[in-house]
Amino acid sequence: MMSTIPNRQMICETLMELAKDDRDIMVLASDSRGSALMGPFARAYPEQFVEVGIAEQNIVGIAAGLAHSGKKPFVTSPACFLSMRSIEQIKVDAAYSQTNVKLVGISGGISYGALGMSHHSLQDIAVMRAIPGIAVILPADRHETKRMTEALVRHEGPVYIRVGRNPVEDVYDEADDGEFVIGKAVTMREGGDLAIIAAGETVRVALDTEALLREMGVSCRVLNMHTIKPLDAEAVLRAARETGRIITVEEHSVHGGLGAAVAETVIQHHPVPMRIFGIPDEPAIAGKTAEVFRHYGISAETIADAALRLIGRKR
Amino acid sequence: MDIIDLKIKATQIRMDLLRMIHRAKAGHTGGSLSNTDILTALYYRVMRINPADPKWPDRDRFIASKGHAVESLWCILADLGFFPKEELDTFCQFGTRLIGHPNNKVPGVEMNTGALGHGLSIAVGMALAAKRDGRDYRVFCLMGDGEQAEGSVWEAAMAGAHYGLDNLVGIIDRNGLQISGPTEDVMAIEPLDAKWEAFGWHVVSVDGHDMDALVSVLESAPEARGKPTLVLARTVKARGVSFAENVPGWHHKVPNDEELRRALAELAAYEELLQREGGRARA
Repeated sequence: MMSTIPNRQMICETLMELAKDDRDIMVLASDSRGSALMGPFARAYPEQFVEVGIAEQNIVGIAAGLAHSGKKPFVTSPACFLSMRSIEQIKVDAAYSQTNVKLVGISGGISYGALGMSHHSLQDIAVMRAIPGIAVILPADRHETKRMTEALVRHEGPVYIRVGRNPVEDVYDEADDGEFVIGKAVTMREGGDLAIIAAGETVRVALDTEALLREMGVSCRVLNMHTIKPLDAEAVLRAARETGRIITVEEHSVHGGLGAAVAETVIQHHPVPMRIFGIPDEPAIAGKTAEVFRHYGISAETIADAALRLIGRKR
Repeated sequence: MDIIDLKIKATQIRMDLLRMIHRAKAGHTGGSLSNTDILTALYYRVMRINPADPKWPDRDRFIASKGHAVESLWCILADLGFFPKEELDTFCQFGTRLIGHPNNKVPGVEMNTGALGHGLSIAVGMALAAKRDGRDYRVFCLMGDGEQAEGSVWEAAMAGAHYGLDNLVGIIDRNGLQISGPTEDVMAIEPLDAKWEAFGWHVVSVDGHDMDALVSVLESAPEARGKPTLVLARTVKARGVSFAENVPGWHHKVPNDEELRRALAELAAYEELLQREGGRARA
């Protein structure tokens, strides 16, 4: 079902619910309460909201200081700035000092499609993944975002979360109340001919690809790797062993992201043929998410075609 | 601790840190000697701390934003019993937790620092948490003068004033030198007092080696309700060791055997003078 609620809004709604009983939950914004859809939280909980202005280095340092004092700060700032402008504060004040800071990169990937490379965050996962001591999570839809936010409030330690700007089609049923476990992939579809591993908004693309392949008689496993770090290596290697072929799909540079994380695991422990779908090493073309995805082959048709070649049904 | 005892303590800490740097053949000699009096005033007199309970929620916080001048801090924390004094022998050695920058694996250290321009933002977060929770602890953040060229310092300065954090005290160890030479040659930062005032801080200028004045300024902060305080501490790099004072090379030069002997002799003579003065005062 096409949702009208973007994941960023779901984070706000869930935090507002939890903040009723938890005065330590705090939300920080860098003149971004509008783009983070955090206005309602700021109005409802002014004592638990901190505006820092357009100062991404400062927002992470302040959050680290709040966390050190027992608060549970959620920094909400555009992923493009948060992941680059404040990377040293993230490395030192959040990861190295191990403060309980949740860094929510909003409007991530190519959400700001037409605004150009300055506003795209297509290297954030690569950068975060290389820093020891910080988890990296991309929720797929609003339902998963809600369960993730609940899990994050309980989780002690720094985490980088990336969500997109626009509403995304549901990948889970409303009734699905499976637990969100950080570091544990979700098997969305079982299958034995190949596995598609995706994260965030590309989980929808992976599921559409699976549907297309199923019509052609191909049995495709779909893993939702919502936590890219720590990677669920067990699920990856099971997929490698049981299906023999892996395709990864991500809204990120093909360098250093989900595909790289999966490849690092597979190549060392159970090498199988792989294809990595993502944004190539160039300033991404302008356009809406669907248009940009299609341009770079992040679509069910193109990925299904690659799958058929991978299993030898097409040359 | 009385002023005279604080002076004696600072002199002993200077000797401890010189021995430690000499032993390790590593360290930031100049900066640690310039901030020794400030740290001695804070740790032995001004701050509300308990070495037996380093995580006491109502303790005053200290953030060493100029993390490289860590030697004085290590010697003071060991002397106060946060960790055994023998551990100072491991400074900068393989596998030690007493590395060349503050490390929160060591009791008494709040945060890992070392990258300049981070500390004041962290201190703002801690002071803000105190305000929101109605706690009365204070947060002290020591910065370098070279560090004032970092843009993030000024982001934090704005936030401290914006939120009226009168429980926050920034201190600048204004020794005038950074690794490449005088701050005003490398990147002019003056007028520092006018800059911090323009950013909404209550600025107090003090001789950073005058223990009496330092204690009085630090103890009375905040003097301005609703404003953070900036203590501009005028210091001398490598203070207390005559041949190293104000020499840029001593930023991270390690004393050789002869230099150590001369430095310790000077400091020991000064300590003896202070002890006599203290004896007279007590008599």
